[in-house]
Amino acid sequence: MLELTRRREASKAMLWLTPVFAVILTIVAGGLLFALLGKDPVEAVRLIFVQPFLDPFSRTELLVKGTPLVLIAIGLSLGFRAGVWNIGAEGQFIMGALVGGAVALAFYEIPGVWLLPLMCFAGMAGGAAWAMIPAILRIRFNANEILVSLMLVYVAELLLSALVSGPLRDPDGFNFPESRMFHDSATLPILISGSRAHIGAAVALGAVIAAYVLLERHLFGFRIKLFGQAPRAARFAGFSEAGLVAACLGLGGALAGLAGVFEASGPVGQLVPALPQGYGFTAIIVAFLGRLNPLGVLLAGAVMALTYIGGETAQISMNLPAAAINVFQGMLLFFLLGIDVLVNYRLRWRRAA
Amino acid sequence: MDLSALDPVKLALSLIIAATPLLFAALGELITEKSGVLNLGVEGMMIVGAIGGFATGLNTGSLALGVAAAAAAGMALAALFALMTQYLMSNQVATGLALTLFGLGVAALAGQDYAGKTLDVGGKLDIPGLTDLPVIGPLLFGHDALVYLSLLMAVAVWRFLTRSRAGLVLRAVGENHDAAHAIGYPVRLVRVGAILFGGAMAGIGGAYLALVQTPLWVEGMTAGRGWIALAIVVFAAWRPWRALLGAYLFGGVTIVQLNLQALGVAIQSQYLSMAPYLVTIIVLAIISADRARARLDAPACLGRPFHAAS
Repeated sequence: MLELTRRREASKAMLWLTPVFAVILTIVAGGLLFALLGKDPVEAVRLIFVQPFLDPFSRTELLVKGTPLVLIAIGLSLGFRAGVWNIGAEGQFIMGALVGGAVALAFYEIPGVWLLPLMCFAGMAGGAAWAMIPAILRIRFNANEILVSLMLVYVAELLLSALVSGPLRDPDGFNFPESRMFHDSATLPILISGSRAHIGAAVALGAVIAAYVLLERHLFGFRIKLFGQAPRAARFAGFSEAGLVAACLGLGGALAGLAGVFEASGPVGQLVPALPQGYGFTAIIVAFLGRLNPLGVLLAGAVMALTYIGGETAQISMNLPAAAINVFQGMLLFFLLGIDVLVNYRLRWRRAA
Repeated sequence: MDLSALDPVKLALSLIIAATPLLFAALGELITEKSGVLNLGVEGMMIVGAIGGFATGLNTGSLALGVAAAAAAGMALAALFALMTQYLMSNQVATGLALTLFGLGVAALAGQDYAGKTLDVGGKLDIPGLTDLPVIGPLLFGHDALVYLSLLMAVAVWRFLTRSRAGLVLRAVGENHDAAHAIGYPVRLVRVGAILFGGAMAGIGGAYLALVQTPLWVEGMTAGRGWIALAIVVFAAWRPWRALLGAYLFGGVTIVQLNLQALGVAIQSQYLSMAPYLVTIIVLAIISADRARARLDAPACLGRPFHAAS
């Protein structure tokens, strides 16, 4: 029978091969799922994974969807490495959009190049402040940050809905629960003309590089890794756990908040209740698929963005249900976690005694 | 605001209805965690239970079949979790999250054709003479079968954990899996059993939501109840009777905010709807604040992987 034996050292090759295996397995299993739904599996997989590259507009859309995923996942991966489980990025994303968007609306029709930076700063502050709630509750009251950060997602969703049908509602909007459209000074510059790809993509790339440098070349990165792998040793070395928890959650919240501002002032252009698209949750998959490594997150973000865009195409042209794409994305994380076993264990065949 | 519009008996009845799905899910997760496994996929297992139960209930018209299907659906997802964490040694936190994301997707996919449909299978107990008694009649003898089942399960879980040999083994596995393994207890098997039980209970909780409480199917209808159930287990300090208290407390919060909304309080409804989530956070902080106590209450091997190096 099959048996697992522990490897002496984690396999380097498997560390990078398993995500690829996971994607392949997901394509196979996803194809089966599509076939079960009565759709042509080959065509569906082609639409999801190949078609977005062939169409110029879809190529730029990869940047639009990839930007929030990569930004959020970078922040989450820092925390996950340190054993800080922030799974409420969706809420921090909403708060960022809300605070940044409120700034845009406060300075409505007042042009100025200072407005966008101010909005971004406000959004990051909003996201970070929201993430500070689970941080402080964990540090001060020992409360589980997984549950607290997740509960705050629901609170943030309700707050967004309350504010866009209350104080932030468009005064000329016939009582629709949405804000005014942001004016030009509060809208992100477009990177590639004729597309929706905005300057945020460049910022996300910058975040990847910054996170890489932080992890590989900075003491803070060392502390993160040490706390994740040997918390007792980290404490003996005198590193502050409270500081690390606050920093990881704060950074993750700020990046998620920034992604939220980008979404509101970029592709959407206003505050609406449907602003959160689940990026905060999908980013968890991105972080794991990217092996909690900044460069890996960049690649994983691209793969996940692909499933979003290809999924939309497949929805329209093949009438594939929207939920099928969520199942597809969920499967990817499952396969990844499942075959992760090959990193630390060797699979051996042994005849039953 | 007209408070006389509130009927205390009706309020208590709606509280019980709001608390029952939480109680099912929390009792299941309690057993899972007592065996040393942290399954964060309760929300996912609940929602597949909800759609599995609703679809079966709608097609067969039978509450019992619906509940059985819901338990099976929750167990199927739990089996996946058991395979991943117990045999493929995956990280329990990450796998639990994956289970929730996957479950929400599967339920949405399976539920496409059922959106907005309603059904009526939740038959209530009606004993002539007894159920008609004022106040205590409807409170004691006027519920659907699942309410009684949930209370029965609370007693059963309590008896199992504290009065049975199997419960002792389960707790031993959760407190110290290396010692339990050394004595010869099948650590993995015990945990798989506990995970499956947790899945079945979460599924039934979801079914109660879709079959009795609402009774209709809406995508994402669990709305964080699975996560609240996880918080209830912490609140309960892993004790069944306190899980019962916790479920009714959180059910009560839901009912209070719903009734305030119905009374037309001059607060935007969204702020009232935040109440259950905010209360969860506050309660969690208060309960966890005593670090020494929290460490004593939690099963010592909670969330730690076990691989017998044979």
